[in-house]
Amino acid sequence: MRKLVFAFLGGLVFGLGLILAGMANPAKVLGFLDLTGKWDPSLAFVMGGAIAVGLVGFRWAHSRAVAWTGEPRVWPALRGLDKRLVLGALLFGVGWGIAGICPGPALVLLGAGSAGSAGSGKGLLFVVAMLAGMALHAAFQTIFARVSAPSGVRQPEQ
Amino acid sequence: MTLDMLHFTPWTALAGGGLIGLAAVWLMLAVGRIAGISGIVGGLLGPRAGDVGWRIAFIVGLMVAPWAYRAVAVVPEAQIDASTAMLIAAGLLVGFGTRLGSGCTSGHGVCGLSRRSWRSLVATLCFMATGFLPVFVVRHVLNVGGAA
Repeated sequence: MRKLVFAFLGGLVFGLGLILAGMANPAKVLGFLDLTGKWDPSLAFVMGGAIAVGLVGFRWAHSRAVAWTGEPRVWPALRGLDKRLVLGALLFGVGWGIAGICPGPALVLLGAGSAGSAGSGKGLLFVVAMLAGMALHAAFQTIFARVSAPSGVRQPEQ
Repeated sequence: MTLDMLHFTPWTALAGGGLIGLAAVWLMLAVGRIAGISGIVGGLLGPRAGDVGWRIAFIVGLMVAPWAYRAVAVVPEAQIDASTAMLIAAGLLVGFGTRLGSGCTSGHGVCGLSRRSWRSLVATLCFMATGFLPVFVVRHVLNVGGAA
């Protein structure tokens, strides 16, 4: 139960941060990606603020092996660069640039939608398509693992 | 390039970013997991026993956020210009790409860069670079919309 409350609070504060930062508004995100037009640098400041806190906090977390739930921490296990990382990030970027929505804001939009805010159905549509894309990847991975058995490495979550 | 001073919000961006960083550090300290949204959602497809509850709790937290925000302040209006077809294409690419690349803006951009991960830096540069392309094509080649 404690673990669920911790996770809920994490999601809540994350979402509040996205809204305050203006990043739950896809038009503002696109304003950042519109480098050759009228550029809104806000997103860079969001990243800066988040990383400033993260640099200190994650260094601290690294020094403690066990989480407050008593479970060991799960750090990303993959090291070094590979084609999957680069190709995946490139594809993600294209999708991000089409609608101005990445996974976090998508879920905030989905929540806002149920509250009757503007763009209600659009948030839902995006999330459904995103889940389909994830399922597609899972299916591809299963097929790929079957074809070349030794490389069936499970990707850790980021 | 010209600066869009009308929409530029440095202070709320910094403060909101700080909250995002705080939430990411919190999740690692309390639950011991990386606050990567695509990873948290993706882990629900093909779930493992005992690894589901915290993911759903985090996602519910994200979805409740606009309601909680509304209780104390006015939620900034969200504007989605993308058409239905564009939203479907974007969602598919975001879902597939983030799973293939093991992360999104939060996992690589926030957590990864905070951990000074070389992989995350490369991933972030990659999705920033290609993120710019569709906006350029839509606004400056096809000349659709753009007055965000």
